[in-house]
Amino acid sequence: MTREALRAAIDAALRSVAPESDPARLADDADLRETLDLDSMDFLSFVVALHRATGVDIPERDYARLATLEGAVQYLGPRVPSG
Amino acid sequence: MPSLGADMEAGTLVAWRKRPGERVTRGEIVAELDTDKGVIEVESFHDGVIETLLVAEGERVPVGTPLARIQAPGAPPPPGAPPPPGAAAPSVAGAPSVAGAPSPAAAPSAAAAPSAAAAPRSSPAARRLARELGVDLGAVRGTGPGGVITHDDVAAVRRDGAPGATPPAPARVPPAAPPPGASPTPGERMRRAIAAAMERSSREVPHYHVSLTIDARAATELVARENESRPIERRLVVGALLLRAVAAALRRFPEMNARWEDGRVVPAAEVHLGVAIALRDGGLLVPAIEHADRLGLDATMEALADLTRRARSGELRSGDLSRGTLTVTSLGERGVDAVAGLVYPPQVALVGFGRVAPRPWVDEAGGLCVRPVLTITLAADHRASDGHRGGLFLTEIARGLKQPETIR
Repeated sequence: MTREALRAAIDAALRSVAPESDPARLADDADLRETLDLDSMDFLSFVVALHRATGVDIPERDYARLATLEGAVQYLGPRVPSG
Repeated sequence: MPSLGADMEAGTLVAWRKRPGERVTRGEIVAELDTDKGVIEVESFHDGVIETLLVAEGERVPVGTPLARIQAPGAPPPPGAPPPPGAAAPSVAGAPSVAGAPSPAAAPSAAAAPSAAAAPRSSPAARRLARELGVDLGAVRGTGPGGVITHDDVAAVRRDGAPGATPPAPARVPPAAPPPGASPTPGERMRRAIAAAMERSSREVPHYHVSLTIDARAATELVARENESRPIERRLVVGALLLRAVAAALRRFPEMNARWEDGRVVPAAEVHLGVAIALRDGGLLVPAIEHADRLGLDATMEALADLTRRARSGELRSGDLSRGTLTVTSLGERGVDAVAGLVYPPQVALVGFGRVAPRPWVDEAGGLCVRPVLTITLAADHRASDGHRGGLFLTEIARGLKQPETIR
């Protein structure tokens, strides 16, 4: 998955839990929970959406690594199953 | 016309989803209503066949007004003249919530997106269809009462033009549409509804507050342990366990799961736990988890996820918002240490949870340690219970959280 495709998947996952958000306007290093006012249920839904889009299994202890858009790209990129 | 809160006086019927002669089942959506709190779907509380629609689309009627008459399964054909209200087969859509269900906490959402202040006012069916078709609701002209965007309006855009395009002039004239700029935004209407409910609470309810701070390690560890071994889709949040603890404790404290009515406390027959869900642009929804005391932890988690999703997308139904028998609010994720709330009349109790944060703690052996600590508060109606019972209720909630295996 290219970086652009990954970023698009992340944006779509964010919009699925925060329909009013515009991820394209978010800074790469913005704290997602704080900026989009996501609670733990929203964040779990975000993680589920990412998992469904990328196939990456994300253990709870790694949630903090998805705190920003750039963090999510860096975390998911090497883990997306090839093919 | 169902009541969605103690402050609600009237509503406007936006659209019928069923016609006379059509069969309905309990829980099925029969109509859409525009209230001061938003546009919501109304479900039937009975099985049967729609016999008569008693309120026309666009008509504004007071709470308690029968909306339709439903003929019960197997009932004889109706006589020529409609029977009087309360006669055989009186299954009136929405009415049971007027008679039996306590009011919800606050205001249902009108808008699909929580950006209620700017979003067009639209029905849940319209929002669903717009999402399916990729139609921008901001470009759709509403033809429902007060300019509400209806399912048909969105369908017309799809039929008559490209998604997102402004549809042709509506066939129907919105009844009693307020002049441009005069009507409050959905966000303002929701704020007013919350204000009315809270004014009533503050004016009429003699509150007392008690709180209890506990070591929440057992609770957080159970959730972490479970999540370690579960697939992502089945993971838990701590909030589900908090709800589970309240629901389990309520079995022993019926006076907290009650309403104040005609000078006495009336325990509710069921435990329907209202869950306060804040909307990101302001406002609050309190849909209820039905029969929460009968649900295990997994089922509570599923119910919480479902309510949260539907609250965020504006798909709550009248029943979701009218059944709550006690409200739970959790503000810990916003950094709050403790919540001193107001009950939602005619409910008589509200349980608040602060954040789970690492704090210095003295353990059972008297040693100083660091533990995840949680403060639980109870706001209660002093007419219905006393601080002594309130304290025992909090202790029972705490017991469940300290021994979470007993309530899961």
